[in-house]
Formats: sequence, structure tokens, C-alpha cells
Amino acid sequence: MKFLRFLLLLLVARPIARFLTGADVTGRKLLPLKGPAIVAANHNSHIDTLLLLTIFPSRAMLRIRPAAASDYFLKDPVIGWFSRNLIGIVPVARDRVGTGEDILAPAREALAAGDIIVVFPEGTRGDASDEMARLKSGVARLAEAFPDAPVTPVWIQGAGRVLPKGEHIPVPMNCAVLVGEPLHWEGHRTAFMDGLRESLLALKAQAPPLRWG
Amino acid sequence: MDVIDKALAWLLSHPSNLLWGLAGVVGLCTLGAIAGMILPLVQPAKDHTNLRERVASWWVMIALLAGALLIGWPAVVILFAIVSFIALREFLSLAPTRREDRLIILAAYLTIPLSYFFIIIDRYGIYLVFVPVYCFLVTPFLMACMGQTRNYLAAVAMFHWGLMTCVYNVGYAAFLMRATSAEIMPAGPAGLVFMLLVATEFNDVAQYVWGKLFGRRKITPTVSPNKTWEGFIGGWVSTAALIWFVGPLFLPVQGGALATIAVTLPLAGFAGDVTMSAIKRDLGVKDTSHLIPGHGGVLDRIDSLTFTAPLFFHLLAFFTVGRF
Repeated sequence: MKFLRFLLLLLVARPIARFLTGADVTGRKLLPLKGPAIVAANHNSHIDTLLLLTIFPSRAMLRIRPAAASDYFLKDPVIGWFSRNLIGIVPVARDRVGTGEDILAPAREALAAGDIIVVFPEGTRGDASDEMARLKSGVARLAEAFPDAPVTPVWIQGAGRVLPKGEHIPVPMNCAVLVGEPLHWEGHRTAFMDGLRESLLALKAQAPPLRWG
Repeated sequence: MDVIDKALAWLLSHPSNLLWGLAGVVGLCTLGAIAGMILPLVQPAKDHTNLRERVASWWVMIALLAGALLIGWPAVVILFAIVSFIALREFLSLAPTRREDRLIILAAYLTIPLSYFFIIIDRYGIYLVFVPVYCFLVTPFLMACMGQTRNYLAAVAMFHWGLMTCVYNVGYAAFLMRATSAEIMPAGPAGLVFMLLVATEFNDVAQYVWGKLFGRRKITPTVSPNKTWEGFIGGWVSTAALIWFVGPLFLPVQGGALATIAVTLPLAGFAGDVTMSAIKRDLGVKDTSHLIPGHGGVLDRIDSLTFTAPLFFHLLAFFTVGRF
């Protein structure tokens, strides 16, 4: 199954991502190549996941595990199988927040196994208007549990134009992917989240203008 | 050995002028690579990464173009269709668009296979009118059908500009491969494409080099402050000389016809460069993407070509290539 996933990512997902977005990556050398590591990106579209699965060098590709809402991706058995085995998602049961269940347990297991977790701290896809929503602190709790894992901020500009939330037909438009310097856990959740937010906004400021009204 | 013999025989089956031309380009690029290795030794203080990146990208572009020219017209058509797609995607991504325009954007991409299809079936008359007349009419109609009137005229104009430059004008470079001539083409149709590309890119490089060496008086201060009169005139004269002396090896024209091409093509290249700079300035970007290291995006690389390709084609059609 791993081999199948590798082929799918390399021979299908990567060409599709290039065709739809141009995959214009700045700072590719800052991407982590081995786990445990965390990649935190803004989220406007399923294209974000496609891009983050395919911009890594092929030797790191099988390590990439996007954290995804289990209430969305696992409710249908077919999509669920696909999401688990081929996309390689780490389920996050966001609908179980507050029930006392440890919803980050699967993500911590993956990090312990040396995977690179991709998280979208905004929690859900925003509209393409380029605004960043309030960040949820799950990423800080993961960083706290794995203080040696670098947290690499990534700003994806324009994915919401390729496939906005609620649309089904993707339209090719260039996306800029800006990778920032990795952050490290220094002991305080609020300070960490503020740092992540600042890093993302700084990357956004370098992105080409988005004229999408 | 059999394979090598066959490959060699295949290579030598091409017009020798084309092979010598391609060898000349490889030679020029080798000189660039050598400069990229020597300059850091002569001027260690300066950063020469950009030159090295540029030369490395040139190798890739030369390999793709030379391969396509040697394989024949289907490969050239496919290559330029891909160039059109990437350039149009860059343009539409930078231009102001709206969520309601998504389907029009998709339709704009569809004009690429359609327009190039008319090159494949070799129907010049239809190619000639497809984008400038029919896409011109259908785009605003589709937008009207979708009930969009906000900023309507500007949005329509934006699509027209993208289609004309990235799809229609670039397509002329591929259509040259279908040329036939009453007079002998010394390097076949591929020689026409070769001369167009070499002259256009040489003009860009010559303008840059003359400007770097002697540039003092700005020519378009508000649009492209790095361009100078010295660069423009130096590039113009150098490229005209190149076309005048090298042109007879590749083109079925001499005398006044050749002189006309030699004088006007560099002007068109300069005009394309400046026009695209004005658009980029309006959009607030320096490069249209980072796809080609050291150069920027595909649209940055082909800005001159969007003006030179139709002019070169029509001049040849006027003077010699009878069937167009």
C-alpha cells in the first residue's frame, strides 16, 4: 500500500498539482525532510493538501501526513479508505473536542513514528479572500509534546481561487507557496502561537498580490 | 551500436544549416557557462548566482526547443501549446479576476487546444480569425449570460489581452512549421522558427548587455527604469546585423525583404518587452512567476515573442511564403 501511495503521489498527484497551480515554491530548502516535524499552513482549499503532499522531494514524500477532520473525511467509507491509505491523513476528531477524548493522539503517534505532520491551524477552509482566521492551539500542544520537532510555517497564496470551498470544478491558477524559517517550542503556548501567526503573516506579505474580488 | 548509427543517421537527415545553427546556439550557451565560471574568479566580491541560474535555465530551454525542432511540427505545436498554457495561467493569475469569472477562465484555457487544433489540421484561414474574431465575441457574451456587469468592460478587455498575446500570437511561432515556399527554404520550416527565436532572444540579451555596458539615458523611465536608449539602439543594430548576415542561411528571403525583417523585428521585440513591463507594473509584480530560475516566469521570457512572432510570420507571408 505504501508503494501504491508513493506512485500515486509521484505520478498522479504531483503532475495534477503542477498543472492546476504551477506549484511556485519559494524557500523549498526550508521544508523538513525527516520527522518528527510539523508543517503549519493556512487553509483555503483542498488544493492546499494536494500542494503540501507534492512539493516535498520524493524521498520525504511518504513521511507527509496531513491532519484532517475525521467528521469530514472519514464519514463515507470509500472516501475514508482513500483518505487513510492513499492521502495518508491523520484523523483529528474535531467534533469530539470537549468530550475528554484525546483528539490529538493519532497525530502524536505519527510524530513518534517519525512522520511529518501537516496541520492547518485555522481549523477549516476559509474563503479565498486572503484573510487568516484565528489559529487554534492544537499545533502548540503537538509542539509541546515533541519539543525537538521543528514547526515550519507555510503560506499558500491563491489556492482558494483554484478550488474555492463549495465548488467542484478546479480551474488552473498559479499558487505561490512560501516556506518560512522553522519555529521551535520554547515553553509557552501563547508565545508560540503568536510567533506562528507572525511568521505566517510575514510570509503572506512577501506573496504576490492576490486580485480576487 | 546500431542504435547510435540510427540516431546519427536521423540527426544528419535534417538540413545541415539547421544543425549548424543549433550547434552555434549550444556554443553560445557554453560561452555563457564559461563566463559564469570565470567571472567569480575575476570579481569575487560580486554575486554571480543570477548569471549561472540564467545559463542553466537556457540549457533546459535550448534542449526542449532543439529537440522539438528536430522531431518536427507535431512536437513544436505541443511545446508551444504548453508554453501558451503556462503563460496564460500566469497572466490570469496576476490579473484581477473574480469568483464569478471561474468558468470564463476555464473557457479561456479551452481556446488553447482549439486554436492549436487549427494549426494541426493546417487551416490557416480559420486560425487567423478564431481568437481575434470568435473568441473576441464569445467571451463578452458568456460573461453577459452569467449576468456579470460589474466592471464589465475592463474584465472583458483583460481576457482579450491574455488570449491574443499568450494563445494567438505565440501560436504563430508554431504555425511557421507548416510553411511551404516557392523559393527554397535553406533550413526547412524549422529554420524559420529557429531564426525567429534566435533573433528575438538575441535582441533581449543584446539590449541587456549594451544597456549594462553603456546605458545612461533612460528610455522608458516610468515603465521600465532599467531600459536605456543605449541598450535599445545597441540591441537594435546588433540584432539587425545578426538577421542580415545569418538570416540567408535560414530564411527564403534576401535583399529588401530581409532588410525589412532585420530592421523591424528588433523594434517589435522591444515593444513586446516594454508593453509587458507596463502590465506587470500595473499589476504590481516584477516577475510573473519563478518557474524559470534566473529569468522569472514563462510570460517574462516570451514577452518579446508575443510581438515578434506575428510580425515575423506576416512579413514572411507577404514576401515569400505563398500559401499564407
